[in-house]
Amino acid sequence: MSTLEIRNLQVSVNTDAGAVEILKGVDLTINSGETHAIMGPNGSGKSTLAYSIAGHPKYAIVGGTVTLDGADVLEMTVDERAKAGLFLAMQYPVEVPGVSVSNFLRTAATALRGEAPKLRTWVAEVKEAMEALNMDPAFATRNVNEGFSGGEKKRHEIMQLELLRPKIAILDETDSGLDVDALRIVSEGVNRAKESNNLGVLLITHYTRILQYIKPDFVHVFANGRIVEEGGPDLADKLETSGYADYVSK
Amino acid sequence: MSVLTTNYLTPTGREEAWRFTPLKRLRGLHDGTAVIGDRNSLNSQGHLPAGVSFSRETLAPLAPSDDIIIDRIRGAESAVAHLSIANNAEVAEPIFLGRGVGALDSAEFSRVRISLGTHAVATVVIENTGDTVLAEDLEISLAPGASLKFITLQEFDSAAVYTARHHAVVDKDATFKSITVTVGGDVVRILPTVEFIAPGGSVELLGVYFATTGQFFEHRMHVDHAVPNAKSRVNFKGALAGKDAHTVWIGDVLIRAVAEGTDTYELNRNLLLSDGARADSVPNLEIETGEIVGAGHASTTGRFDDEQLFYLMSRGITLENARRLVVRGFFSEIVNEIGVESIQERLMNRIDAELERAGA
Repeated sequence: MSTLEIRNLQVSVNTDAGAVEILKGVDLTINSGETHAIMGPNGSGKSTLAYSIAGHPKYAIVGGTVTLDGADVLEMTVDERAKAGLFLAMQYPVEVPGVSVSNFLRTAATALRGEAPKLRTWVAEVKEAMEALNMDPAFATRNVNEGFSGGEKKRHEIMQLELLRPKIAILDETDSGLDVDALRIVSEGVNRAKESNNLGVLLITHYTRILQYIKPDFVHVFANGRIVEEGGPDLADKLETSGYADYVSK
Repeated sequence: MSVLTTNYLTPTGREEAWRFTPLKRLRGLHDGTAVIGDRNSLNSQGHLPAGVSFSRETLAPLAPSDDIIIDRIRGAESAVAHLSIANNAEVAEPIFLGRGVGALDSAEFSRVRISLGTHAVATVVIENTGDTVLAEDLEISLAPGASLKFITLQEFDSAAVYTARHHAVVDKDATFKSITVTVGGDVVRILPTVEFIAPGGSVELLGVYFATTGQFFEHRMHVDHAVPNAKSRVNFKGALAGKDAHTVWIGDVLIRAVAEGTDTYELNRNLLLSDGARADSVPNLEIETGEIVGAGHASTTGRFDDEQLFYLMSRGITLENARRLVVRGFFSEIVNEIGVESIQERLMNRIDAELERAGA
């Protein structure tokens, strides 16, 4: 059982015009096995929350705390956060020229498991993860995210989620740019990871569509850098009909 | 052996061709003060396959040169180490040439010829190692329809000085692919030059270099499209780390008025891994006819991409390993073209070691 606890998190980003405050005090607790959907309009700071937890250097923590099972996440380097059990499925996964998917996955698995996975079982593991996500075996020989379609990038992220077995995963608009079939396949991957690892999920999305496939236990509405309303799955239904207009004007 | 030191020009550093080179560190190769040792260090490694011979012969130069050091070599040396591949010989396994023990207190003037007969196919690897002072005049002759993959590895130790011209003369429909690797030495200056003498030739000049603290590596191409319908590609990738690491890449491509149907593109990418290093990159495309298939060039110099490092680290990979992956990835596009597994692995390990040594 793990708990990611976010308390009064305030984050700014440096721009040419100086530091701009984006997160204005976020409070959120995610336990193993729970799925939290964060929904909000574009520009509300949802992605900033995701990247701040993962430790992207662009964001400066101005105040507040983030802990994972009591350990101070904000004091950790980016790789230490992953080793502690955090995972971020990125909205725009980065191309790494010349580094093959298979090399990347094995390097990451070695780093996270503390030893190189045994080659034979590892090959079978990767093959199974790829088949489950309907991915061509040739995918493993391609360079990380290079020339991937939007859908391939998202499958690759979820494949990592399944192989790397984090405690808490943040999915940053994993649904964006996916057609219905791809959305279903990717969602099934997330659900498998939830079942097999009792994964806690922070699901960031603009749309309710993905919530038909990944059922949230809690829904949080995010606007202007903070959570403005919280509820159960029914809150998503309300958003589906009324949109974000009420919250943006608040 | 006598050394003629009269009538040779000595570069001052003001000439275009010498403006980047640290002349003082050339150990007298350029001004005639070097003591010439009698080393003849180039030898063939292992058994030569059928259709291949390697011997020392007296040969006149294949093509003139305007390089001052080449002039001195030719004045001093009439003997040429000649690797010859017979007409129609298709040599499947790479042919390895290497250099024996060198020295720093004297210089070696070396003339080398690689000649492929009509429709001959071969891969030749020259491995330069150790600490030595070496000036090399290497000429490659490709008969019609011949195909050569030429891999030249500069894996010198830290005090070596190496200047060379690798000049390929490409006859009708011949194919020349070179992969120039420079990862060791104090000063390395290579002039990969190409001359098409009949239409239909195709040339690829690929290269990687990695200079760390204090090292100077210069690669100065010249591709002369003097005939119609020839194709050339240049792609060099370099990394630099540490104080006063300095690399120079010059890509001169000339498309003469008669060279209609020319197709050429040249690319140089540099990765600056720390402060205090300097990469000069100068593409030069001179076009005398508009009747061409294509001509272009690109040059970029950048630093580590923070987004790449963040992505890798977010999967638990340490900063050090993430940098290593990115640098390996950067070089792999060209290193993988070598096609000899043992060399590729050795170079990647050397690149790791250079990165570690520079503390980047």
